[in-house]
Amino acid sequence: MRFSGWRVLREGLTGNKGWAPHWRDPEPKAEYDAIIIGGGGHGLSTAYYLAKNHGMTNIAVLEKGYLGGGNVGRNTTIVRANYGMPGNSEFYSHSLKLWEGMEQDLNYNVMHSQRGIINLFHSDGQRDAFARRGNTMIGQGDDAELLDRAAVKRMLPYLDFDNARFPVYGGLLHRRGGTARHDAVAWGYARGADQRGVDLIQQCEVTGIDIENGKVRGVQTTRGPIRAKKVGIVVAGRSGQVAAMAGMRLPIESHVLQAFVTEGLKPVIDHVVSFGMGHFYISQSDKGGLVFGGDLDFYASYASRGNMPMMEHVMEAGMTLMPMIGKAKVLRSWGGIMDMTPDGSPIIDKTDTEGLFIDCGWCYGGFKAVPGSGFSFAHLMATGDHHGPAAKFRLDRFRTGYGLMDEEATGAQHNLH
Amino acid sequence: MRINCPICGDRDRREYYYQGAAVTLDRPAPDAEEAVWEDYLHLRENPAGRTRDLWHHEGGCGAWVVVTRDTVSHKIFEVALAADVKGAAR
Repeated sequence: MRFSGWRVLREGLTGNKGWAPHWRDPEPKAEYDAIIIGGGGHGLSTAYYLAKNHGMTNIAVLEKGYLGGGNVGRNTTIVRANYGMPGNSEFYSHSLKLWEGMEQDLNYNVMHSQRGIINLFHSDGQRDAFARRGNTMIGQGDDAELLDRAAVKRMLPYLDFDNARFPVYGGLLHRRGGTARHDAVAWGYARGADQRGVDLIQQCEVTGIDIENGKVRGVQTTRGPIRAKKVGIVVAGRSGQVAAMAGMRLPIESHVLQAFVTEGLKPVIDHVVSFGMGHFYISQSDKGGLVFGGDLDFYASYASRGNMPMMEHVMEAGMTLMPMIGKAKVLRSWGGIMDMTPDGSPIIDKTDTEGLFIDCGWCYGGFKAVPGSGFSFAHLMATGDHHGPAAKFRLDRFRTGYGLMDEEATGAQHNLH
Repeated sequence: MRINCPICGDRDRREYYYQGAAVTLDRPAPDAEEAVWEDYLHLRENPAGRTRDLWHHEGGCGAWVVVTRDTVSHKIFEVALAADVKGAAR
């Protein structure tokens, strides 16, 4: 079934009786060429690109819950390529290009909206740092514009420009940045993978990884054993538990990151805006809700919910930056489980077990990486070679100390990102 | 979340700085192998459930405490002075 404006019109006039499910619900086979553990954004895009780019269609995605029920369905939907470190810079640049062609490629409306991201700065030093970052982005082939205070005032008249502690000096504008409909990204990749023959198996929890003589043989699941010579682990916050099934310990601590959404309002915030204080950022969904968040709660947690101190901090930051949102009522808050690495950058690599691959450590930035991560991980799984834009996401960088990508320059240590 | 400091009593989480897994109490010898140092610095059990981690009561008495708690429910089972448990963390 192909989606088009004509199709929507026809279905609208004929009682919407022609729509079919977007993917099958197959029984697991006894053996596949490759298994992806984890049916989130990254797992589904990996399956899609394995099938599309590498012709591997006898593969399965195993998901313990339902497709897209984890972080891809719980994030704040921001898409951008404004990283500064070699390694991250080329990867997110590649990922953003995939975003720009995603809807046509998948024939799926992911509501990708390049509304522009503005990172505000509040001091001369911060301006210098942002100018440098902007130049790095331009050097990478992406876009960046340094806005002065007057230009920011024209775009975002509602900010408190003369705040005593954090006056707005200007902002770094990344026009190709924006948002997307998060669930639709997972669904679009799921449908694309399914159409190419990939089995998407839900309610199927992996309980063990079978390894013989240093080679992976398959997995044990709640729906029986499944054999495969290649297995990819793509389970975000649960990476530690799944890797433990293969006898591995990872450089990952799982932390909780909260996000918030208000009641639906008329259009008022036209961009994604980030505050140079406490990681606060905000955008407005197409439904009208203000979607915003801030820092991690900063303690290891699998609770999928945070505590009051960070909630209070985020609200204070929002009120400091744009007092106009004070009367909006917060509708919901939630927490996602972030797979935090010591340097704040991800891992796409082989493991010591032949045929076992891992894609993890996306910290609090996994959503924008969904297409790039799947593309590069599929390349690694299919060919055994690292894919150019993700070639620096190595697992051994923490042991050797070589190639650490500490984007925030706080030190490559747990709890600092 | 509230943490019961053995010295100050029950205090708000905001008074504490979170350091991470309590493995950091067992610092390897300076000439230990690379793998031992990687284990100490970076690799983590990262359990979903009972864990032991190190917090600093920086907004209070300044003591380092080992907190035994549940990462799924946020329930805190035990808080002990790091000075008392050092060496027994693993």
